[in-house]
Amino acid sequence: MEKKKISLAVDIGKLHLKNPVMGASGTFGFGREYEDFLDVNEIGAIVTKGITPLPRAGNPGVRIAETPSGMLNSIGLENPGLDVFIKEILPEIKHYDTPVIVNISAGTVEDYAKMAYALDIDGVDALEVNISCPNVKEGGIVFGTDPKSAAAVTKAVKGHTKKTVIVKLSPNVTDIAVMAKAVENAGADAVSLINTLTGMAIDINKRTVLLGNVTGGLSGPAVKPVALRMVWQVAQAVKIPIIGMGGIANGEDAVEFLLAGASAVAVGAYNFIDPAAVKHAADGIEAYMESNGICNLLEIIGKVKVQG
Amino acid sequence: MKKFVLTGQVVNNKQISNGIYHMAVHAPQIAEAAQPGQFLHVKKPDGANFLRRPLGVADVDKSQGTVGIMYRILGKGTTEFSRMAAGDELSIVGPIGNGFVLKDGQPLIVGGGMGMAPLIYLADMLKDKKPIVLIGGRNKDEIFWQEYMKKFTDRIYVTTDDGSAGVKGFTTTLLPQLLQKNVVDDIYTCGPDIMMRGIAKIAYEYGKTCQVSLEKRMACGIGVCLGCTFPGKQSGRRRKVCTEGPVFPAEEVF
Ligand SMILES: Cc1cc2nc3c(=O)[nH]c(=O)nc-3n(C[C@H](O)[C@H](O)[C@H](O)COP(=O)(O)OP(=O)(O)OC[C@H]3O[C@@H](n4cnc5c(N)ncnc54)[C@H](O)[C@@H]3O)c2cc1C
Ligand SMILES: Cc1cc2nc3c(=O)[nH]c(=O)nc-3n(C[C@H](O)[C@H](O)[C@H](O)COP(=O)(O)O)c2cc1C
Ligand code: FES
Repeated sequence: MEKKKISLAVDIGKLHLKNPVMGASGTFGFGREYEDFLDVNEIGAIVTKGITPLPRAGNPGVRIAETPSGMLNSIGLENPGLDVFIKEILPEIKHYDTPVIVNISAGTVEDYAKMAYALDIDGVDALEVNISCPNVKEGGIVFGTDPKSAAAVTKAVKGHTKKTVIVKLSPNVTDIAVMAKAVENAGADAVSLINTLTGMAIDINKRTVLLGNVTGGLSGPAVKPVALRMVWQVAQAVKIPIIGMGGIANGEDAVEFLLAGASAVAVGAYNFIDPAAVKHAADGIEAYMESNGICNLLEIIGKVKVQG
Repeated sequence: MKKFVLTGQVVNNKQISNGIYHMAVHAPQIAEAAQPGQFLHVKKPDGANFLRRPLGVADVDKSQGTVGIMYRILGKGTTEFSRMAAGDELSIVGPIGNGFVLKDGQPLIVGGGMGMAPLIYLADMLKDKKPIVLIGGRNKDEIFWQEYMKKFTDRIYVTTDDGSAGVKGFTTTLLPQLLQKNVVDDIYTCGPDIMMRGIAKIAYEYGKTCQVSLEKRMACGIGVCLGCTFPGKQSGRRRKVCTEGPVFPAEEVF
């Protein structure tokens, strides 16, 4: 019997992905940094480091701390700013045969709108609107914890771009489904979740905090159960596609997120351990499909059985 | 420069001084590519620590295909490394970063503490020029590095904070005398920031070129997380220690 052809392709709004695994914002640079480790053309999408209207130096002091099964970061959105991104970086990465999703952050609704307008250009395939960076005021977290503000940002961005608009949600809220519904109603094409969880770490010998910024964002395998739960809750609440992330290290983790209701996933901190993790996760999904006789991702997305 | 991610087999892992270890790992591609001043980002597969650990390349044997690292037990990660034995596997991303630029003039190598590790490989690469080596340590137990350096030069000077060996004081105490006494063109240094700052200042006063090797907390080691950046003084740009360094011209840092 002829082997059935497995397709890992999936659509998120107007975005067509060859496979559902992307490199998460802030952990994938601008994609180029991974050229020694994988074929960037073969991954689902590149999500850029968060871009802000003006260049940012980021937070002072130690920015990285290790935690059990994960890490804290307090980078504070260091980035070259919108103009340099458009003039110098985008021309160098738009040739990849994979979508470029630009992650944007700002301090005001107007600035989000301005960025959306400026990025409505060739080479940008979608915007991921970060309303959830826990490390800086300008990271949009004020918008990410209040449904009305989140909706306002979403509307403003949607009104200034023809690109697919993905709103990235914060886990640092009481009910993430409420936030997801608010941005869906405001016109978001998709949501991505989760951004990092606010945390801290202390050196008991020196009796000092480990991070220069005191608190930081927790990510890595330690947060996976939280992220998975949130993806599942949001999948029950909205109809738009979900991009799931938080602690994904391999294909099996990715399949869990797909089963919970994500249409695509992103690998974040685990790229630091295995710089080919995005490729390995996609291969792992394919292997899972093959061994379970599944040809199309739609047969897995949201198909977790709930016993009761 | 191409980076690899691979698994190397530990050939040898032994204590060379109190709490300090040398590990040789079979990894021919890395041995072939590694330059002095570059580092490896390593992890014991399935080890307890989540992040990799940055460790300088301390020596290379291309004929055996091995690369050596020297590390001091500091916390969880290095404790775990110290328990590894021949035949165990070590996951490596590397070689990473820009190492020392080997200049044409008479070299002077200055190291303090674990900063000596990458300087051993540097001395090997500069051995035809008979580098002058200045080693600083807190006491006589911390200057065992002479054993390794004497393969590459016989001009070794030592300072200790407590005077238990060599000249009492810091490397910066002796450096001006060395510069007056010897012909020196280029200074290469690795050690605590405060030491390198002092060395850089003296180098500047005497008109010598000076390269410094920095240490920062790292997560990715490949230039994507921005955990390791600092504001470059001369360039005015933010610099990544992992991929643009760890070695920089002193003027860019201090
Ligand atoms: C480019 C570079 C080269 C280095 N070369 C050497 C070397 O040749 N020999 C050597 O003994 N040490 C070297 N170090 C320091 C070495 O990386 C740390 O001592 C080691 O990571 C400590 O790990 P740990 O788990 O034992 O300590 P822990 O304190 O438990 O480590 C916890 C976390 O802090 C990080 N960390 C702790 N100290 C440092 C530090 N000083 N620099 C960077 N990250 C740190 C670890 O990576 C980890 O993420 C180098 C550091 C850098 C940046
Ligand atoms: C070092 C670092 C920097 C990050 N920077 C950004 C950013 O600029 N914008 C953003 O939306 N998310 C950022 N994130 C969050 C990740 O994209 C991701 O949502 C989060 O880390 C959860 O995934 P993980 O557990 O796989 O790391 C960052 C994460 C890390 C670890
Ligand atoms: S350690 Fe991640 S950018 Fe340098």
